[in-house]
Amino acid sequence: MRNEILRMLENNSKIDLHDVALMLGTDETVVLGEIEKLEKEGIICGYPTLINWDKTDIDKVSALIEVHVTPQRGSGYEKLAERITNYPEVRAIYLMSGAYDFAVFLEGKTLKEVSMFVTTRLSTLDDVAGTTTHFILKKYKDHGMILIDKPVSERMKVTP
Amino acid sequence: MRNPLSDKVINIKPSGIRKFFDLVQEMPDAISLGVGEPDFDTPWHVREEGIYSLEKGRTFYTSNAGLMDLRIAICNYLNRRFNLTYDPKSEVCVTVGGSEGIDIALRAMINPGDEVIIPEPCYVSYLPCVELTDGVPVTIELQEKNAFKLTAEELEAAITDKTKILILSYPNNPTGAVMTEEDLKPIAELVQKYDLFVISDEIYAELTYLEKHASIASLPGMRDRTVVINGFSKAFAMTGWRLGYAVGPELIVRQMTKIHQFCIMAAPTTSQYAGVEALNNGEEDAAMMRESYDQRRHYLLGRFKEMGLSCFEPHGAFYMFPCIKEFGMTSEEFASALLKAEEVAIVPGTAFGNCGEGFLRVSYAYSIEELKVAMERIERFITKLRREQR
Repeated sequence: MRNEILRMLENNSKIDLHDVALMLGTDETVVLGEIEKLEKEGIICGYPTLINWDKTDIDKVSALIEVHVTPQRGSGYEKLAERITNYPEVRAIYLMSGAYDFAVFLEGKTLKEVSMFVTTRLSTLDDVAGTTTHFILKKYKDHGMILIDKPVSERMKVTP
Repeated sequence: MRNPLSDKVINIKPSGIRKFFDLVQEMPDAISLGVGEPDFDTPWHVREEGIYSLEKGRTFYTSNAGLMDLRIAICNYLNRRFNLTYDPKSEVCVTVGGSEGIDIALRAMINPGDEVIIPEPCYVSYLPCVELTDGVPVTIELQEKNAFKLTAEELEAAITDKTKILILSYPNNPTGAVMTEEDLKPIAELVQKYDLFVISDEIYAELTYLEKHASIASLPGMRDRTVVINGFSKAFAMTGWRLGYAVGPELIVRQMTKIHQFCIMAAPTTSQYAGVEALNNGEEDAAMMRESYDQRRHYLLGRFKEMGLSCFEPHGAFYMFPCIKEFGMTSEEFASALLKAEEVAIVPGTAFGNCGEGFLRVSYAYSIEELKVAMERIERFITKLRREQR
């Protein structure tokens, strides 16, 4: 049941818990209890909303920064990662295999703001050996949701 | 001018669905729970395989029985999932949907006057297809108290010395009923006792929620007496690709393939390439869809219970078959009134045989959001009906 609840919430965190209970053939209190447990255990970390900012009048610039790191003996990557997570401009940071170490997703109001952040904050950190900035031009799909308009379904209304 | 038409065709009753379809067409904003096909898109990797096949110019006929790769994939799949063993060389015919399989199986097996037992309510094509082959349909009215399963007593009572074929269709459209291996055993015994054959339409085999699907062909002594019809429409959300298959003993499948060869040539090539991908790499997609259908099944069962609408628990397919006898209306009257009052389209049970009277077929091949709105409207409708009747 746990995993089914997680899959439902992952697609729709606003889902009605009464509906979830019906779908799983159980009581609302059971579902609520399970969700509370999942929250306490840190498995459910939050309920943010996916917004297609392109459709609003608010301008946002996002970028993916490849960060090369020279890790320090003892602390490894963790200490630096922790520092980077603290900047509110950083939307996501992942440790990667392959050609670079951290993938950092940044969000700012303007191109200049993002570039300034990279040059003055990220690059100047001890352990950061180099960065490559890629600006994101368009988002087609995010968090499993397709952001481009889908054609209207042509399914017939009644079929045997 | 003389009458250009065949008397036989003229005498075939038009599908009960058709009438309702026309009614719904006039109400473009109606919410429909009337569709007998999945609401999912075909999984992307399957669609992509179809696209690749076109890009590579694979636009020719395949062999009549279907691509060898596809027939091998079908046999492996049936063996893996349902414990059925068939030879891809001689015991498989790839068809244009399950519907063609039903038609050519009947045509390959029926002599004029042979009786074909059809348990109802059932899919709409069995009866007309039997009539077109000059067979004699003999219907059995399945009972809700038996969870719409066929019982040995019902079957034995319908058998005469002219009976040749039994059409079985589980998981069932429109009831959602499932027959387990235990349920099928006494049926298989009677089939052998009276020397009958079975056409088993297992198009919903992937969609069982409480027990694994059992094919009657896997029971002892039944393999050589059974043609299994299956396909891609329901398992992999591929209705529009028109791709199905029939498997059975070579003796029957060879003759079916002969009819198929003259009438169809071969199933669509693009669809066949996509089908190979679906069978070889699509089981996770099928499982994902099954989980979602099961959630909706629970949801509707729970909502019907909340509104006090009597409904037996379906174990398979994606239909509920609630009973509306308490309102003293026919299924058609109820469905029309609901459509008019609340703009919700549900197919009357009578579209699937006379014994569907007093029932509705509610499809849950819709998103929870759509189902939720529809259920609110149905609840309002029946609350009003009950108030008026009091």
